[in-house]
Amino acid sequence: MKYVHALLLLIALFAPTRLWAVEPDEMLSDPTLEARARALSKELRCMVCQNESIDDSGAPLAHDLRVLVRDRIKSGDSDAQVLDFLVARYGEFVLLKPRLSWHTMALWGLPPAVLVVGAAVILIDLRRRRGWQTAGEQANLTAAEEARLAELLRDHSTT
Amino acid sequence: MIPELGHYALMLALGLALIQGIMPIVGTRTGDAVLMSIAAPAALAQFVFVAIAFLALAECYVASDFSVLNVYENSNSAMPLIYRLTSIWGNHEGSMMLWVSILAFFGALVALFGTNLPATLKANALAVQAWIAAAFHLFILTTSNPFLRVADAPFEGRDLNPILQDPGLAFHPPMLYLGYVGFSIAFSFAIAALIEGRIDAAWARWVRPWVLGAWMCLTLGIAGGSYWAYYELGWGGFWFWDPVENASLMPWLAGTALLHSAVVMEKRGALKVWTILLAIIAFSLSLIGTFLVRSGVLTSVHAFATDPTRGIFILAILVVFIGGALALYAWRAPLLKQGGLFAPISREGALVFNNLFLTSACATVFVGTLYPLALEALTGDKISVGPPFFNATFGPLFIPLMLVMPFGPLLGWKRGDIVGAAQRLLAAAVLAAVAVAAAFAIEHGGPALAPFGVGIAVFVMAGAVTDIAERTMILRLPMRATLMRAIGLPRSVWGTALAHFGIGMTLLGIVAVTAWGSERIAAVKPGETIDVSHYRLTFDGAFNRPGPNYRDVVGHFTVRRMSGDVIGAMEPSRRTFPARNMATTEAALMSRGFSQLYLSLGDPNPDGTVPVRLFFKPHVLMIWLGAVIMFFGGGLSLSDRRLRVGAPRPAKAKAKNKPALQGAE
Repeated sequence: MKYVHALLLLIALFAPTRLWAVEPDEMLSDPTLEARARALSKELRCMVCQNESIDDSGAPLAHDLRVLVRDRIKSGDSDAQVLDFLVARYGEFVLLKPRLSWHTMALWGLPPAVLVVGAAVILIDLRRRRGWQTAGEQANLTAAEEARLAELLRDHSTT
Repeated sequence: MIPELGHYALMLALGLALIQGIMPIVGTRTGDAVLMSIAAPAALAQFVFVAIAFLALAECYVASDFSVLNVYENSNSAMPLIYRLTSIWGNHEGSMMLWVSILAFFGALVALFGTNLPATLKANALAVQAWIAAAFHLFILTTSNPFLRVADAPFEGRDLNPILQDPGLAFHPPMLYLGYVGFSIAFSFAIAALIEGRIDAAWARWVRPWVLGAWMCLTLGIAGGSYWAYYELGWGGFWFWDPVENASLMPWLAGTALLHSAVVMEKRGALKVWTILLAIIAFSLSLIGTFLVRSGVLTSVHAFATDPTRGIFILAILVVFIGGALALYAWRAPLLKQGGLFAPISREGALVFNNLFLTSACATVFVGTLYPLALEALTGDKISVGPPFFNATFGPLFIPLMLVMPFGPLLGWKRGDIVGAAQRLLAAAVLAAVAVAAAFAIEHGGPALAPFGVGIAVFVMAGAVTDIAERTMILRLPMRATLMRAIGLPRSVWGTALAHFGIGMTLLGIVAVTAWGSERIAAVKPGETIDVSHYRLTFDGAFNRPGPNYRDVVGHFTVRRMSGDVIGAMEPSRRTFPARNMATTEAALMSRGFSQLYLSLGDPNPDGTVPVRLFFKPHVLMIWLGAVIMFFGGGLSLSDRRLRVGAPRPAKAKAKNKPALQGAE
């Protein structure tokens, strides 16, 4: 199941320089800034990898991006500014959580849509069935039906 | 000779599958009992020949016959026997052989143990099963033949991908495939019911054990894969929302929904049409999972098939089977009669709620996995959908599911008493509130919502215990009477409680490790220490250690409590495989209760320091232990008398079939 990761790790292992995810020498000395950098790194994709964040990846590109993110943070960028900078440079592809826009509408909209439509179908179905049920319970017999019923019951009791 | 024998056996299996797929259907159409009765022996014979083919391939691996291309590419005579065997499914061709072997195995089981099935249903179901088998036999024979020879046999094989040389991989793919392919039975029965245009509660009773079995294997398979990734890949993640993982999660979600809707159908005759659709969906998602993993559509750099003919072939299988099944459903489902009225607040209502949220969660994973592919194919735009997306969408769908779960088993069929159920869950709710408070008090840092996650998990677990406590009337009756009631409870009740408890436990592990796990990254010299949580590790030095087909560079670390007591040693290593000139990170794990210390090594720096990643993973073992408990819950439920005995049979037939049935257990 993890063959993709496996392969990527192997590719990472083949890579001549960096062999690992976050390296000790990359880390910022200020723990709050470093924590922000780590959180941002988890949102950013290593573009040469398969679905891996730059925080997890051992690829050289991921290393460069981690350093870049930390440089931006050190120079005083907010989290949003860092992300904007990277999107401007590498495109939407770099974000692991796509922003809401016209072409991701279906992506973000489908899960709630399935839930809402599903709930609506269930409610309509329940209501319709309850309609049948109450109709069945409350239906009054016509005079002719009452007479027929009485006749049937009498027949039954005599036999 | 042996590979040719296997190849020939596989061709014969294809022929048998075609016979099994055509004759019984003709029989049910014309009412010819003889043609219908061909299905079972054909299924058995097909299994025998597929088994011969699989064993032939296995023999090539065991004997290290490098004249066979597949063995040459994926095995090595220096590998231990167990890895030579697991290499069979560590590659595309071999894993497809495993797939069809399991498919044929299930077909044979239906043929053997389906003695109490109506003749037409059995004939049709086995025929559908044979269509699937025929399609995959043809796929293997035309695009993925594992028995091809090399003209000049090489001396030595190229070894199995080192990262796959691991005990975790010995059982993970077979379990996963047992789950995937197990849903084919539900699919075949659903198609058979649609062909007949008739379905009743007994259908659910026949199909439920197969679904349950498949679900159990899939649960364990996914958990096994997750644990393997956790310790083998060296950064201690347990779930990555990788498309390949999602491919196994989708059938699991649909299968879990199917399991629950089949209960409603069996007990109350309601949700028939929906259950049929779920059976089709669950197996369709298994096929899609196979397609995603096998076709190489996910990526250009993939460990497996990059040959487009394979992708197109599997896509054709998908279109024919999923499209055909859904078309048949659209045409025939209106013929099926709905039954079983129920109030919104009832056991049925709770199970419908379960289905709604599980299906939505499944749709979320589906759209998140396939959207980037579809978008790129249609518009050329490239986007990424990764863990942050799934955490933001999947999580909120699971919370209501978890909150309602304890109520389900406490509600009555048809019309439930929500106030009564809430009262009975009061103790569980109080316990959950205490857990939230305790989590706030003990833990510092981590997301502010994490203690509520703990609360939900505790509520789910305590709710499962409440169900059993209520049914056995513990503390309200004398101990002895409670014990008698506990023994008298149907095993399926215990199974439900156990499985629900397990999911709560998994959730607790996920919340704890995500919120409060800690990590240290450092470069250390011998004699230096690193601290994490309440532990201090001293790096004593590195040494070399040879293995059968690899070399280890091992780092030795002494683990102490902060007070200074030595509690053990950890030895992570870097493992180099000369056959492929590759290296893996072998992390060292030390369990402390349910928590673990996790240590992995990087390559030593020129200045003599070694980079290390040290994690403290609080309660991480609960994640997989919960899955194991779910598995046993499923097993208990499967052993329930109701499912074992099945539909009533004439006394004579019963006596005759008894030994066979016991064999099935």
